[in-house]
Formats: sequence, C-alpha cells, structure tokens
Amino acid sequence: MLILVGTVPDRGLPLVHGRVRLKDDRFFVREEAFYLNRGTPSMIGTAANVCRLLGLDEPYCVLAGDTGRGDGSKLIYNFLKEKLDDLGPTVCAFHYIMPDLASHERVFEALRKLEEKPFLIADAGYMYIAKMSGRADFYDLFTPDVGELAFLADENSPHPFYTRGFIFHRTDEVEDFISRAYKGKNAPRFLLVKGFTDFICEEGRILKKVDSPDIDVLECIGGTGDTITGMTAALISAGHQPSDACYMSAAANRLAGALADPTPATQVMEIIRCIPEALKIVINANAANCDAER
Amino acid sequence: MKISRLFSKKSRERKERVSRGLLVYQDTSEVIRAERILKRDGYEIRVVGPPPCLRTGCDLVIEFPIIEQIGIEQTLKEKRISPLEVVAISDEILEPIDLCQKKDFGDYLMIRAANMKLVVDKRTEIIVNVSGGGCPDVPYLAERLIGLNLDEAPSPRDIGHTICAYALHIAYKEMLKEMDNYVNTGRNGP
Repeated sequence: MLILVGTVPDRGLPLVHGRVRLKDDRFFVREEAFYLNRGTPSMIGTAANVCRLLGLDEPYCVLAGDTGRGDGSKLIYNFLKEKLDDLGPTVCAFHYIMPDLASHERVFEALRKLEEKPFLIADAGYMYIAKMSGRADFYDLFTPDVGELAFLADENSPHPFYTRGFIFHRTDEVEDFISRAYKGKNAPRFLLVKGFTDFICEEGRILKKVDSPDIDVLECIGGTGDTITGMTAALISAGHQPSDACYMSAAANRLAGALADPTPATQVMEIIRCIPEALKIVINANAANCDAER
Repeated sequence: MKISRLFSKKSRERKERVSRGLLVYQDTSEVIRAERILKRDGYEIRVVGPPPCLRTGCDLVIEFPIIEQIGIEQTLKEKRISPLEVVAISDEILEPIDLCQKKDFGDYLMIRAANMKLVVDKRTEIIVNVSGGGCPDVPYLAERLIGLNLDEAPSPRDIGHTICAYALHIAYKEMLKEMDNYVNTGRNGP
C-alpha cells in the first residue's frame, strides 16, 4: 500500500488517516476535504491523480493540522510509531513534518522492525530530520531542490538555513554537491535533485539529467516540487524502477508546466490539472524508447 | 616572534568565544519573540544555529555578550520569556544565511533567502507566491501571505514559528527594500 504522510496548515485538524478520494480540485479523507494547493495536499493530490490514471488503488494518507508549532507533527510521529506495522506499507512518502530528532528516532525504530522494509521517500521537513539524524542511508529516495542538496552536502548543517554554498550555483557545483552528499553518507540510494536541470542519481552516480522543457517560472510556484514527489511515489508504487519513476516524474512535471502556460503568479493547482495528460505523454514516450532500445 | 603571535591570536580567539553566551528555548517562535524584545531594548544579540550538543530538530538560539547576561535575563524574566538554558559558547556556532538572491521575471520579482522564495507583482506589490522550505508553517505562511499587498501583509517572523519562517522573513525584508527602491527610482528598477 502507498502511504503518504504530512501536515496541513489547519490548526484545529486532528489526526486523520484513510484512503484518499479525489473530487475536482479537492481530495477527501473520511469526512475532511483538502484543496490541492501547495505542501502535503499537493503531493497527495498528485499521487492520487497518478494512481487513478494508472488504475491503482487510492493511496492511504496520514495527516494532521500543524502551523509550525509541531503539535500536529507529534500526532503523526506517534501514530506512525504505533500503527505503521498494521498498515502494511510498500511505499511511504514523508513530507511537511516538523523536524524532531527524538520523534524521528522512534519512527525509525518502527520502520526498522517492519518485516518487509517499504520503499522510503523523504522530502521537506522529514528529509531534513532524516539527514540530521545521521540515518539518511536507511531511506531510499530524497527529492531535494538545489538548496536542500547543498544542505545534504554540508556535513555540519542541521537545516538549509545554515548552508551558504548554493546561492550562486552552477551545474558543475550541483554535481560536486551530489558527490559530497553521498561521500558524507547524507544521501539515500537514490536522489532526485529538482532544479533548472533535474538530476537523477543512484549511489553517487548521475544516471540521467532532465532539462526540457525549460519553464523557468516554475521556480516561483509553491508546490511544484511537491508534485514531483507525489508522482514519483505513485509510479514506484505501480512497479516502475525508482530511476525510471524519477525520470518520468521530472519530465512530466516540466511538461505539465508547459501545458499550463504559467506566470510567476500561477498557483500549483493549475499545474496539477495538467499532470495526467503530461504523464500519459511521458509514459508513452518512455515505453516507445524502451521498445526501440530492444 | 611568530610563535608568540600565534599564541596571542589563539588566546584572543578563546577570549572572544568565552565572552559570548547562548539563550536556548523550547521552540523557534520563542526565540523570535525574545530576539524582538532584546533588540528593541538595544542589546547586541544575533540569532544563530546551535552547536551540535544543543540540537534537537528545528533550532535557533540567541547569541549575546556574556557581560550583559544579568540584564538580559532580567529583561526576559519581566517579559515572561525566560530561556530554558543559558550557556557559554565553547563549541561551533553556525552562521545563518544573510545573502539574498533576486531574480527578475519582468512584472514579477522573486527574492530567495536560504531555502525560501517570495514572489511579488511589481505593478501592484501583491505577494503572488511563496515557495521552498520544509517546516509545517511554510504552507500556512503561504496561505496567509498570498494575495496581500506587501504593506498590509503580516511579517513572516510574527506569524511563523520555525527556521523556514525566519528565512522567509529575511526575503520579505529584502523585498520591502527592493520595492521601495523600485518606487523611488520611478519604477526603473529593480
């Protein structure tokens, strides 16, 4: 089962968990409705759209309200510690969660005890704590942007706020950051680095780069990294190889951006609406390439 | 001669280090509040990253001149925001990012500070997008800020609680400066 985990900016929302039902620009979990606008709902909404496109079961999600005080994140950490085993996860994506070393340690222990280790994806705050805990290589995929990659490359940095190296980055510097992140054991097996060029890496090797179509205003739009994480999680859950899933997600995200014809004021919901069409094109092109290679 | 210089440099560095202390709080929002109070009262303090032994997750601490410790503690006690711990510095301190990067998209300006980005429509000064970051208040800040004019928008430091909010505040301050400059120069820049 694909499990998606994170917080939403709703102070009164208690812990909610269940299958995701999509309806127009919203998704429902039990009686609660969420707009697909930025953050965890963008990731979940995108993953649910991809599951629907591929004819998969709806993902299961674990959500709680948190506006930065860490209260909702605590509920999520506690739930995962107690209930992960019952859910039978095969792929887990962890997202906007308050970094908390002690709580992460308890979830790590719960993950370690699972009979079969799921494929573990970390992004946003959960990726920060996964790195800070020194257990990055226990996870399977991180999806950092270039600033977050510089943080992974810097052994001493506990948060991207303390990383200077990326401000005026060049492509060759990105490659150096990738190498340093793996060397310091601060990266999992796979990395999908989101930027002007997207890099897909395994064990320190750059497998693929994606740089077209080049839609530079996507950098302005909050949530366009979250959509990549959601797509990748759903594609891996559908049985695609992680590197293929990363490649297709990066390419489809750019294509969805092109289809939406965005400005810097566009909201991510407009991009998400174009993702099913974009992903269909990318999956077909990928299949055609594979056939040609055979 | 060279050796004695080296020694004096080392002892000077040690002296400078032990002349500073750190105020440690339960969470980042308390750090932000204490910082505001102490700066308003004229103390020379700054927000920095904690040394490894004090890190718990999403952390900031306040560095202060140790000679001011009594006054600072008294001020904070009066405001009912005493720190959990006061420690002398004897370990590595992380400098937060203070550089901003700006990118001009024609009618829109994007400012990035650390991992946070703020985008404003230059014609109307309305905040149109907030992106980056990973702490739970980032989507909350985006929800609160997008659609508001820069002048009427609350400062991210006042409504956020985490390091990401602090970084967004740096971008917000820089954006205010850029837009002032834009208006004052007859809208020829930035």
